[in-house]
Amino acid sequence: MDPVPSSVRLTVREAVHTLSSSEDGGCIFSTLGSLKRYLGGTENPALPGEQEEFARVHFSAVLRCLVSKLNPDWLGLLPNGQLEELWASFFLEGPADQAFLVLMEALEDTPGPSFRLMKMARLLARFLKAGRMAAVMEGQCRQQAELAFPLLQEALLIKVVGLPDRLGNCLQHENLAEFFPQNYFPLLGEEAVRVLQAVVDSLRGGLDCSVSFVSQVVGKACVYGRQKEILGVLVPRLTALTQGSCLWQRVCWRLVECVPDRAMEAVLTGLVETAPGPQVLARLLGNLVLKSKKARFVMTQKLLFLQYRYTTPVLQSLLGYLAMDSQRRPLLALKELMETWGSSSAIRHAPLAQQCYVSKAVLICLAHLGDAELQDSRDELLASLMAGVKCRLDSSLPAVRRLGMVVAEVASARIHPEGPPLKFQYEEDELSCEMLALATPQPAADSPSEAGPPVAPVAAEAPDKQTVEGGVPQVRPQGSDSELDSDDEFVPYDMSGDQELKSGKVPMYVRDCVEALTTSEDWERWEAALRALEGLVVRSPAATREVSVELAQVLLHLEEKTSVAGFEGLRQRALVAVTITDPARVAEYLTSQFYAINYSLRQRMDILDVLALAAQELSRPGRFRRTSQCGSPGPTCPPSCTVAPTWRAVVDERIRRKTRRFSKGSSRQGPAGSPNEFNSVAGYFFFPLIQGFDRPLVTFDLLGDDQLVLGRLAHTLGALMYLAVNTTVAVSMGKALLEFVWALRFHGDTYVRRGLLSAVSSVLLSVPAERLLEDLPDELLEARSWLADVAEKDPDEDCRMLAVKALLLLEKLKDKLLPLSPP
Amino acid sequence: MEEGSRPGLLGIPHPQMERSSTLGCLGAQAALVPVHQGRDLKLCLWDLAEGRNAVVDSVGLESVGFCRGSILARGQQRWMLAVPGGGSDEIQILEMPSKTSVCTLKPEADAKPGMPMCLELWQTDSSPRPCLLAGYEDGSVALWDVSERKVCSRIACHTEPVMGLDFDSQKARGVSGSAEKALAVWSLDEQQALQVRGKHELTNPGISDVKIRPDRKILATAGWDHRVRVFHWRTMKPLAVLAFHSAVVHCVAFAADGLLAAGSRDHRISIWSLYPRS
Repeated sequence: MDPVPSSVRLTVREAVHTLSSSEDGGCIFSTLGSLKRYLGGTENPALPGEQEEFARVHFSAVLRCLVSKLNPDWLGLLPNGQLEELWASFFLEGPADQAFLVLMEALEDTPGPSFRLMKMARLLARFLKAGRMAAVMEGQCRQQAELAFPLLQEALLIKVVGLPDRLGNCLQHENLAEFFPQNYFPLLGEEAVRVLQAVVDSLRGGLDCSVSFVSQVVGKACVYGRQKEILGVLVPRLTALTQGSCLWQRVCWRLVECVPDRAMEAVLTGLVETAPGPQVLARLLGNLVLKSKKARFVMTQKLLFLQYRYTTPVLQSLLGYLAMDSQRRPLLALKELMETWGSSSAIRHAPLAQQCYVSKAVLICLAHLGDAELQDSRDELLASLMAGVKCRLDSSLPAVRRLGMVVAEVASARIHPEGPPLKFQYEEDELSCEMLALATPQPAADSPSEAGPPVAPVAAEAPDKQTVEGGVPQVRPQGSDSELDSDDEFVPYDMSGDQELKSGKVPMYVRDCVEALTTSEDWERWEAALRALEGLVVRSPAATREVSVELAQVLLHLEEKTSVAGFEGLRQRALVAVTITDPARVAEYLTSQFYAINYSLRQRMDILDVLALAAQELSRPGRFRRTSQCGSPGPTCPPSCTVAPTWRAVVDERIRRKTRRFSKGSSRQGPAGSPNEFNSVAGYFFFPLIQGFDRPLVTFDLLGDDQLVLGRLAHTLGALMYLAVNTTVAVSMGKALLEFVWALRFHGDTYVRRGLLSAVSSVLLSVPAERLLEDLPDELLEARSWLADVAEKDPDEDCRMLAVKALLLLEKLKDKLLPLSPP
Repeated sequence: MEEGSRPGLLGIPHPQMERSSTLGCLGAQAALVPVHQGRDLKLCLWDLAEGRNAVVDSVGLESVGFCRGSILARGQQRWMLAVPGGGSDEIQILEMPSKTSVCTLKPEADAKPGMPMCLELWQTDSSPRPCLLAGYEDGSVALWDVSERKVCSRIACHTEPVMGLDFDSQKARGVSGSAEKALAVWSLDEQQALQVRGKHELTNPGISDVKIRPDRKILATAGWDHRVRVFHWRTMKPLAVLAFHSAVVHCVAFAADGLLAAGSRDHRISIWSLYPRS
């Protein structure tokens, strides 16, 4: 060690002594002035060697001493805040890293809300505002060449990134806006850009520099979950700076490469999300995926297979980035994606959102890959595709089926272009349109232009324009044909519905309809009979009851022999009308046919739909009034219902005349009470259906392949249960239904599980609370644990939600019963 | 009916009187007197003023045909009535309210037009001589000079019975509808000769009534196909198809303010506001 204290050391020692003991403002001021010489920047700076020694050895001690002196009296020794200004200048102008560390340390050590704490917090805010954070980081970047101090770096890193948390802890409610994370991290991003700018400048000047500290700062900030704040600033700036500058690009690549492995995922996901497109991503990352194993894992596995929360543009830039460069292209894992897409277990257990995500990834990959590349692995791709399509088409969820169809159409056209194209019929929805749009390769992919407007808004604009252009001729009617008269402003109404009337063949009686539907070879008559049937059944209940079962049989077996618009609806409505007219017998017939052999799945599901709809209609309050009102003008209406209204009208009229009303509001009639018609027949609907589900037939196996019907059955039973509210049979129905649910609770099909869950909710809603607890306590307990399990673990979102709803109903039930229970 | 009289009422089937019809209303000073033609071989005059509903008078009819009569008001208390007469092809003209028979219009022996199906009495402002347009069972429309008791002109417009006709005396143009699938437009020239101007195809056959709006801008037809069709009267351009009724529409009528009413066998009357008069 140096035996002779240097002049700097002596000066500092003396100054510290003066500072700690003196009460004289002038003396302190001059002492500080003399110390300030060592910081340079004054008229009479100290020698460079002395400056360096002061900065390296003594600066922290002086700062600590300054901090310790901070109190109102001391600052008041000289007027006009001169002393405070001088005091602050040491922190703002001296070496930034030490000043920062001392400040942070002092802030954390100073207790409670106090003068000193607030002064220092304000100073730190000034420090940030003056851009000193860039100096802190820049200092670390330059030091790399010589010996870096890993401990100091680590401490700095923790404090730089943890500043908002620490300040929040120290200042509590007094916290300044500058230290809020939403303000601090963007600032940190700006400072990082400035550091990088300095690094680039010094690289241009031939000096070596390292960006690893900035990488660490960015990495740690991302790990803290501040990707949006810091990268939201960093990425746009870097996007602009890297354009056309190789040096900047290299610095940027280096920046990402130097991110520690544990922060790599956070940084990469943040970058992929923030970057406006594949070109920008490629400029920012370079060939990072080839150099870093961790990065490769994140980009090619984690973001594609393990996570699915990212939006489609993110997926597009990710895959676009992989596809852009020939070295990265092999990483475009279409084969793996396709395998995942085609795996039946994945289809069964992955949530729908993830399936959509993987499907989108498949389609984007297909758009990027060339035909030659596809040919290489054609057989594997086709095999996975077919497996996936098959599993999806078997699914009972329409969304999953549609997903399968869309991907199958697009993928088969690409993988097997020479074969006949696959074509499915599916309803277009937002998702399928979006997926089909993904399948067309984007021309922007190889355009060198700046990222510019992202793809989505452009696509959204185009159809707008089209509709506007297409709308104009509709708005303006075509000029009246060469008539110049003024009275030709009569614009014709829409007359598209004006079709020929097939009135001559409409049967007038229910029996005629039955006959026409069974034997008629005259298709117009057949169609007219089908169309007239519902009305006839409603108007003539007595005639319908005579032939109800026969009619139900005819309708159930009716096939669409000619193309009748709305055939399914007509048939269903007619069946529902028949069932309502003669509920007991028709329901008995329909339920027995549900488990009979030689029916198609379609017919069985029709039976379920008809039963549910008829039950709904029967249980609807005020049903009678409506039917009698619209039935009364009919020629076949029994006289009683025409008599009743006149009788009532007379009474009403008499009351009206004898009553004086002071205000004339619209006289509103409350719904009249009427018995629930479903009460007496609910059993006919419910019990035959629930009894036979576990007995497989040759052609119909509910517990096997025909899970779609099982799902529909569960939903229908739930609906019947719900409609049986306030009926006497509800308790035994609930008991049977809970047993049914219990038997099937671990069913693999999502649609079935949804049905079961809604059935449980129906039981909870329909069976009176006291009876539930008295008659079904064990079932309820079992159901509850099952529901809790589903709510937590089921892969399907809807299932989880239904389970939560059922649990809430259970809770409510408990609340309702608790006041009743004896204290 | 003369200008300024009350809007014509509709032929609404009365529950007790199937296929009866109202001919129209007479704007009288004190009382509104509609004429009601029933199936019971009686033509009734009703007093509906101030909420009354009483039969004032009735005229015995000699035939029970499908033909609706026609009224021509000729002064405050005098009006003329055209109704089907005793013989199957005759038309009787009555002077009201005295119920005196003015004349009987009988087609010439070799004409054989069948029963009269619809009648339209009218009179030009210039001449005091009333004219009668009659649509016959054989599809022809004939113009009668009532005072001379002779047919001025007769044209075959349709191949099926003429079910309804209306005449625009200002433009000397008329329109008729029949059981067939077309409307016929014809005109009357200076020599009192009828000429077919055009035929307009319909979607479904069967027209039971035709009415031109008082402002002569549009016309409406009551169709057997349950629909009311609206046409531009001058160009015969289809303007609207009003599908509301669920049975045959029997008649249409325009109110003086332009509202359109349609009465149907489905026991409903629909009121429509179309192309309001400016």
